[in-house]
Amino acid sequence: MSNLFIPMTVLLCASMIVAGLMSIWSKRSLPIVMLSSGLVSLLASVQYLLLAAPDVAMTEAAIGSGLTTFLFFFVLSRVRGGTHHG
Amino acid sequence: MAYIAMATGFILILIGFFGALTNRNILRMIVAFTVADTGVNMVIVAMGYMHGRTAPILDVAVSAAQAAARIIDPVPQALVLTAIVIGVGVTALMLAYTYKLYEKKRTLDIAQFTELKW
Amino acid sequence: MVKRITVLLLLIGIGAIFAALLLGYTPDSELNYTARYYADNTVKDTGAANIVAAIVVTYRGLDTLGEVTVLFLAAAIVGLVLASSSHPQGRMRRDRPASGELLVIGARLLVPLIMLLGVYVFVNGHLTPGGGFQGGAILASGALLMLLGDPLKKFSHRLISMVESLSGLVFVGMGLLGFLYAGGFLDNRVLPLGTLGDLLSAGAIPIIYSFVGLKVGAEFSSMLVNLSGTEEL
Repeated sequence: MSNLFIPMTVLLCASMIVAGLMSIWSKRSLPIVMLSSGLVSLLASVQYLLLAAPDVAMTEAAIGSGLTTFLFFFVLSRVRGGTHHG
Repeated sequence: MAYIAMATGFILILIGFFGALTNRNILRMIVAFTVADTGVNMVIVAMGYMHGRTAPILDVAVSAAQAAARIIDPVPQALVLTAIVIGVGVTALMLAYTYKLYEKKRTLDIAQFTELKW
Repeated sequence: MVKRITVLLLLIGIGAIFAALLLGYTPDSELNYTARYYADNTVKDTGAANIVAAIVVTYRGLDTLGEVTVLFLAAAIVGLVLASSSHPQGRMRRDRPASGELLVIGARLLVPLIMLLGVYVFVNGHLTPGGGFQGGAILASGALLMLLGDPLKKFSHRLISMVESLSGLVFVGMGLLGFLYAGGFLDNRVLPLGTLGDLLSAGAIPIIYSFVGLKVGAEFSSMLVNLSGTEEL
């Protein structure tokens, strides 16, 4: 095990917590919130690789980071009109 | 290293719960649930990690005879594989219902939906 | 204000429980009994090189059947809930601006490669990291790129539902064959185990995983097509 794993883990986990905090802060606009959740998923996928779980990393990258963000943006574009005068 | 990942997973669960309980826009609540989901999966995978061992795949580096001495626990990974896929299924269902609610009342504020309140 | 304080108190309570769990955790130094059984006997029993794939398809294959059922339910409910929304009318379709040329040409170039990558991932699921769910998600991403490049393209719902139903039938059919020819439901010894590391090894695992991948890809694609079929009012 390389001795770079622990600093990389610390960096990834700190970025994950910052992205998670950004995703619940309600002053931000909706697209930024959804992109932050996609960022949490992406960083978690790299962290899974460092935790010796390549299957889980691939699944999280393809499904969690890709498809969930797409689904959010689809629905956001359908309800966009309502949040401006609803 | 498993401690750091596990602590991060727990903090993500708390962040997700806080977001789901204090936001009023339905889409923000769903995003918070997604973050909490990621946190739970991180905790489970971090539980299976063992220091100095490698992934549970047999190839040139790890042969079948030395498998028991060199791989980590494969069961949490199988569980998390299922959990991630079901998480995205539940998120898709929540988003479909959000769209139908929006169509009915033209608002995404959850305080406006009072039919089930007493 | 009161609500926020209550929420914070609740979260501090849950955080205390989590902290107690974290402090009481000691990582193992040896594999526990179940993991040691899987590590020692996977190659003998199933012949697969990817132990996680062997667990998901063979040892705990019933859980995978349940998961595929839940995904099917989710896709069906999304289709049902969004079916009675307004469909795009003819006049609104003409108002939509054309997608940029980069997107259209790039989509035409990349979609076959993405589909090929998805098929590669689930066909080799028993040898390398990967498998049915990852391959299915990649196939759905290819379908999404097609949808983005040409938003007015009509996807044939019949084709998607036929692929999905056939894959589900083959999955359960292979499981029932396990009753007749091998140890039990979803036993993978109906086909010869072969040598470790070959593409055609591990009995029925490549076939089961491929059809699971096709089914999952078809379900995600149908979810995306349903969500994009709704139109702004």
